[in-house]
Amino acid sequence: MESQPVPQPERRIERLDAVTIRFAGDSGDGMQLTGSEFSKASAIAGNDIRTFPDFPAEIRAPAGTIAGVSGFQVQFASHPIYTPGDRPDVLVAMNPAALKANLADLKPGGLIIANTGGFSDANLKKAGYDSNPLEDGSLSGYRVIPVDITRLTENALHGSGLSAREIARSKNMFALGLMLWLYQRPLEKAVADLRSKFVGRPEIAEANEKVLRAGHAYGETAELLPNVYEVPPAKLAPGTYRNISGNQALALGIVAAAQLSGLKAFLGSYPITPASDILHELSRYKNFGVTTFQAEDEIAAISAAIGAAFGGNLGITTSSGPGIALKQEAINLAVMAELPLVVIDVQRGGPSTGLPTKTEQADLLQVLFGRNGESPVPVLAAQTPGDCFRTVLEAVRIAIRYMTPVIVLSDGYIANGQEPWRIPEPSELERIQVSFRTDPEGFQPYARDPETLARAWVRPGTPGLEHRIGGLEKHHLTGAVSYDPKNHELMVRTRAEKIERVAREYPPLEVSGSPSGKLLVVGWGSTYGAITAAVRELRRRGHDVSHLHLRYLNPLPHDLGEILSRFERVVVPELNLGQLRTILRSRYLVDAKGINKVQGRPFQVAELVERLEEHLA
Amino acid sequence: MKATAVVGLTRKDFQTDQEVRWCPGCGDYAILASVQKVMPELGIPRENIVFISGIGCSSRFPYYMNTYGFHTIHGRAPAIATGLKNTRPDLQVWVVIGDGDALAIGGNHFIHALRRNVELKILLFNNRIYGLTKGQYSPTSEFGKKAKSTPYGSIDEPIDPIRIALATNASFVARSIDVEAKHLQDMLRRMAEHRGAAVLEILQNCNVFNDGAWDHLTNKETKAENQLVLEHDKPLLFANGKKGIRLRGLQPEVVEVGEGGADVSEILVWDEKAPPALAFALANMGPGFPTPIGVFRQVERPVYHELEEEQARQVTERLGPGDLAKLLAGRDTWTVE
Repeated sequence: MESQPVPQPERRIERLDAVTIRFAGDSGDGMQLTGSEFSKASAIAGNDIRTFPDFPAEIRAPAGTIAGVSGFQVQFASHPIYTPGDRPDVLVAMNPAALKANLADLKPGGLIIANTGGFSDANLKKAGYDSNPLEDGSLSGYRVIPVDITRLTENALHGSGLSAREIARSKNMFALGLMLWLYQRPLEKAVADLRSKFVGRPEIAEANEKVLRAGHAYGETAELLPNVYEVPPAKLAPGTYRNISGNQALALGIVAAAQLSGLKAFLGSYPITPASDILHELSRYKNFGVTTFQAEDEIAAISAAIGAAFGGNLGITTSSGPGIALKQEAINLAVMAELPLVVIDVQRGGPSTGLPTKTEQADLLQVLFGRNGESPVPVLAAQTPGDCFRTVLEAVRIAIRYMTPVIVLSDGYIANGQEPWRIPEPSELERIQVSFRTDPEGFQPYARDPETLARAWVRPGTPGLEHRIGGLEKHHLTGAVSYDPKNHELMVRTRAEKIERVAREYPPLEVSGSPSGKLLVVGWGSTYGAITAAVRELRRRGHDVSHLHLRYLNPLPHDLGEILSRFERVVVPELNLGQLRTILRSRYLVDAKGINKVQGRPFQVAELVERLEEHLA
Repeated sequence: MKATAVVGLTRKDFQTDQEVRWCPGCGDYAILASVQKVMPELGIPRENIVFISGIGCSSRFPYYMNTYGFHTIHGRAPAIATGLKNTRPDLQVWVVIGDGDALAIGGNHFIHALRRNVELKILLFNNRIYGLTKGQYSPTSEFGKKAKSTPYGSIDEPIDPIRIALATNASFVARSIDVEAKHLQDMLRRMAEHRGAAVLEILQNCNVFNDGAWDHLTNKETKAENQLVLEHDKPLLFANGKKGIRLRGLQPEVVEVGEGGADVSEILVWDEKAPPALAFALANMGPGFPTPIGVFRQVERPVYHELEEEQARQVTERLGPGDLAKLLAGRDTWTVE
């Protein structure tokens, strides 16, 4: 395969509307970096993109095994898209395990770029192959391009002085270079990123760049394919864009909320997958008045955030399902003390430790009902990676205005997935009003604003307003401990009414499609993309289908019941066993049906189309 | 006392209109009185003082202090106080917790607040029993303790807050007794002055569920024999100076002092700044030894909120004040016309 330099062949450029590629290799092979660099190049080239990293919980699972396969899927298109694609058109497989784990997902006739250097006898055996699939004809239904990436990388770095291990670790750059060539993407961005990533180790940066260019040149010179591909730019709304993941957007949203409110942000957190990146990101922003505190446990993390809120700061805690379970008692303290607090739950597969790196939407009932007593808390769900920014800003606004903890639901899918995000100008962002009471005249700790029913926020240090709050039931005005039965009922009902009033500020719900009709698909959270794409496909096929995506899960919007009643059928797709459906059925007596999946993976558009069609029969 | 005149507060200013609801005869009354006595002397405006408590009898404390106060949840007071102090270093933050609160459900938070040296003034009321839940044995109850949940006697080895605190490298560790008002007030003043985490174990009598737990230390007939008052730079004498503590290697021993006994010069001179092994050896003294009260250890080490502030200052100096527009844009952008 190593050929003499040949004259550059003339190649046909084939134009495509959308392509889905999955990069797959050992979890130490650098597939996440390869995938995200490729996605960045595509986004900068003007495509709409969506990405889906999928990796094992083990940091370095045994090399060559199926359990150790790490994948990164990206869809890029010349039109707006909503998901990272169902089945890949192209699979880049760095070893036999990567091929075996992903082959079933590849489209029939799809392209396989296989690193033959990874297909050693030992690796074939580890992946459970009796014979080499690249040679035994079992891949005849696909187009296979065998490339000895391992050896070509070694050749490119011959005499570089790098260790065999360092050379082996560069082979992902060969794959990246080859793919950038195949889709006619420039190399400059990846080169610049390598230089800044290995800024202290120029020899590694140089080696990676060399391999990247070798991969690109190899595509150019070796006659692997008769053509290359072009996916023209998409027509996105005008503006300046960047790629953003959900966790990045949450972190940026918190920094923005601090600036817009003039408060110091305090994040109390404890490491947990898939939420830790928010802590990592925010810990870098000390010059923005953001304090991060890696606590001794989940409970201390939220407790410290409550302490910060009591002190008049923006208290935030981030976690995932198991950590939220531990925090529930403390959330209730904030409910009772009526202090603003934002609790972010980046959901993952449960119960218990469950599937830490996989996605699920099964914490809805936990955050709504998982606490003792009558404990109403506003709950918001983010819909896409970029939407996490807006959602956390809104959560902060509600928390401060209503003096309550607010829960934000994200999940592993949008936490790690990326999309192009139109960067807002800080001046377009609405200020967050904060007023601390300073007037001692007539002060009573639990006297309420007649409109929001919020009690006043008082910073300790304010003379004349010394008072005590706490988790024991309090007299409805003075805040003194009270066991009076009537007072307790009044307080329980008042706290409920306060949260219910949050819904008064929602904008009217927007139904996509006809405002009434045969079928309404109701979703929440990260299923937004898949449902949107599926509903569009169904309409293209001539079906009367509408889509309503709920951002506010508590309190529910006041116009929801009326909208549900306008449709003959209501179907609720969820990545759980029917949690929102249960609520809609009990609250509105609507005979909602479910489409439910709990495989640790997002919905595919095709499967939603198929299952929704059953409801249209 | 100079500051008192400036602020002009009295004990009454720290009392609230709330009826104090501990059982009559509870040691908590004496502690409350001592705290209210000392507060006006500290020269700190009332609004800059916060009392944070967990759950248990002792945790009612904030309701009776006319300062800012937060009665929180079981075991978590040190964690909540950490978040407050770290964001509001201008406040003086006191934490009131019991032996179950601090050493059972909240053991984790107790040790981490101390090892971080968060500037909290932690009052640990130790009555060796669960009072509010009506009489179960606690983590400090003695081995063999018969209580509601241990009718045949506890088989748990008790835990000692002083030794736990020393093991965390706490910068101020002390012990006092509810009814020893003068000593207790001295300790409170020392805590108030200390920069960094300060923990004071207060031996407190629960006259309903564990009456007399500390009787040997408070009873007029026996206290001289059983109390060993630690004073910096002074020899460890007790029993009205007739006995003392001498070190044999790292092993303390009780010796008679004076005629026919040891010379005072042989008696260990107490040093609060000594390596913690010495304080640990004293805290570890068991039956046959007196119980030390006073300051086991007081050292200076970096204070948590100051480290935090300094790091933020350095980062800001290096990177400049945060620019939101730049941050939102990140490194890689492209423009769609």
